[in-house]
Amino acid sequence: MEVYDGEFITELESIAKKVRWHSIRMIYEAGSGHPGGSLSVTDILVVLYFHIMKHDPKNPDWPDRDRFVLSKGHSAPALYAVLAEAGYFPVDELLTLRKMGSRLQGHPCMRKTPGVEMSTGSLGHGLAAGNGMALAAKLDRKLYRIYVVLGDGEMDVGENWEAAMLASHYKLDNVIAYVDRNKLQLDGPTEKIMSIEPLADKWKAFGWHVIEINGHNMKEIIQATNEAKSVKGKPSVIICHTIKGRGVSFMEGALHFHGKAPDEKEFNQAMKELGAVE
Amino acid sequence: MTWKTESQRKQYGRALVELGKERSDIVVLDADLSSSTRTSDFAATFPERFFNVGIAEQNMMDTAAGLAASGKTVFASTFAVFGTGRCYDQIRQSIAYPQLNIKIVASHAGITVGGDGASHQIIEDIALMRVLPNMTVIVPVDSVETYKVIKAIAKTKGPVYVRMGRADVPTLTDENATFEMKNASVMRDGEDVTLIGCGIMVSRCLEAAEELAKHGVDARVINLHTIKPLDEKTIVKAARETGGVVTAEEHSVIMGMGSAVALCLVENFHVPMKRVGIPDTFGESGSCNELMEKYGLTVEHIVEAAHDVLKRKK
Repeated sequence: MEVYDGEFITELESIAKKVRWHSIRMIYEAGSGHPGGSLSVTDILVVLYFHIMKHDPKNPDWPDRDRFVLSKGHSAPALYAVLAEAGYFPVDELLTLRKMGSRLQGHPCMRKTPGVEMSTGSLGHGLAAGNGMALAAKLDRKLYRIYVVLGDGEMDVGENWEAAMLASHYKLDNVIAYVDRNKLQLDGPTEKIMSIEPLADKWKAFGWHVIEINGHNMKEIIQATNEAKSVKGKPSVIICHTIKGRGVSFMEGALHFHGKAPDEKEFNQAMKELGAVE
Repeated sequence: MTWKTESQRKQYGRALVELGKERSDIVVLDADLSSSTRTSDFAATFPERFFNVGIAEQNMMDTAAGLAASGKTVFASTFAVFGTGRCYDQIRQSIAYPQLNIKIVASHAGITVGGDGASHQIIEDIALMRVLPNMTVIVPVDSVETYKVIKAIAKTKGPVYVRMGRADVPTLTDENATFEMKNASVMRDGEDVTLIGCGIMVSRCLEAAEELAKHGVDARVINLHTIKPLDEKTIVKAARETGGVVTAEEHSVIMGMGSAVALCLVENFHVPMKRVGIPDTFGESGSCNELMEKYGLTVEHIVEAAHDVLKRKK
């Protein structure tokens, strides 16, 4: 059992709070965007960028860096906030999200934003792209890993299962996938729109090592990732049980905040809940 | 006219193996059709750099994107019908938009696939690929040119679509001639009318020119191997000098090569024009020749179109 310094976990949690605060401000300022999934995925991204991944914000093209692919590209605000906090670009730039001339497109664009490894937004592409990076790593005998974050609604997309098969066939143990299992997709609960359960069994059947955790618990995310890193000969997936809209009371589990910006009153309330940052 | 014929795919396979020997960054993907597309030659020589993804073209294009984002030069092959329409979103989102270094080399394009029927006869691929920003579109005329095209595109950065047929095609070009993507090749000089072809239709254009010569018509023939970017200079020059243009392609007349030429002429130098190609309809099973006849792709169709253009010239 690994021992975690309480202070260190508290620090990750405080970064996550700041990231949520940024995400809501960015979406409010832009007048559109996807708060629900940005809030649910935040803790996973924070653990990856501030604890797990080898990366250098001053040198985004460092050949040995770990790669990150946000397959659920609509959670871009959270990714941008994490990248800015990590130092890829100025935090001030965050409020340009979705605006004309901004490097921060509505969905991630690898040609515009430092730190973005793959352009995403149309769902179902990220895992296969991550597999390609993993194959390249194996060919080049590099030890970097590829971290891919998927949405649970995204599990509807058939290509994910093609990619799941490929990763297992080519024994891509350098791929670790995270499913942000927030249980809601645009039109409603995942199990009502298109049931994806039993999700763990599906991944197991495709040859993956499967771990299920609370996706808002920093320790669990770290422990699960370390377990995944130790698995040899097969890829790993961590099903992260999360709450859509996590951190803002009236957005938690609220379907209509999947892809809608808060109005002024909601924004002020959210800011109050997320606390004064900086 | 008689020419030696050869499979384009054979030369594709040869070029890939040579590239594999020259460069370690070359990686090849196929979707369970490697023995047909001839990526099997590369697979046999460099098994560690060949990845069969199974019957999963969408997965193939995104996997290619990941490899290319990691510095590889990726060749992805399958039949044209599966390598364009089937995975259009993957090509758009993960290849064209991020401008990744991926060469989609597709075989079995067009109606000359023959017996497989309409399900396998893609006549929309040029249209689909040429509308994508950042995408280069090439239709090599023969096996010799195919070899040179593969070598040339490996040196360029960015997405390319290469269209090959299933059938053996007449060898029209010289091994010693250099291939330049930006320059369409004038295959025959002429003053009265210009016949612009791509792929298998270029040999038909040359035959049509011979036929027209018998009636005292001096036709220029252009092999428009690269449809995007379009060599507007050569096209406009031909229109200016001959005063009439016929295009011929084994593709739908809607938004294929002929449409690209038409738009270029409308905007630059307006001359009477006629497009020879497959009308707005799906194909069917049949032999190559029967299909070419029924769907309007013969020498006679080109000659007829030329006469129509000549009439309108006056």
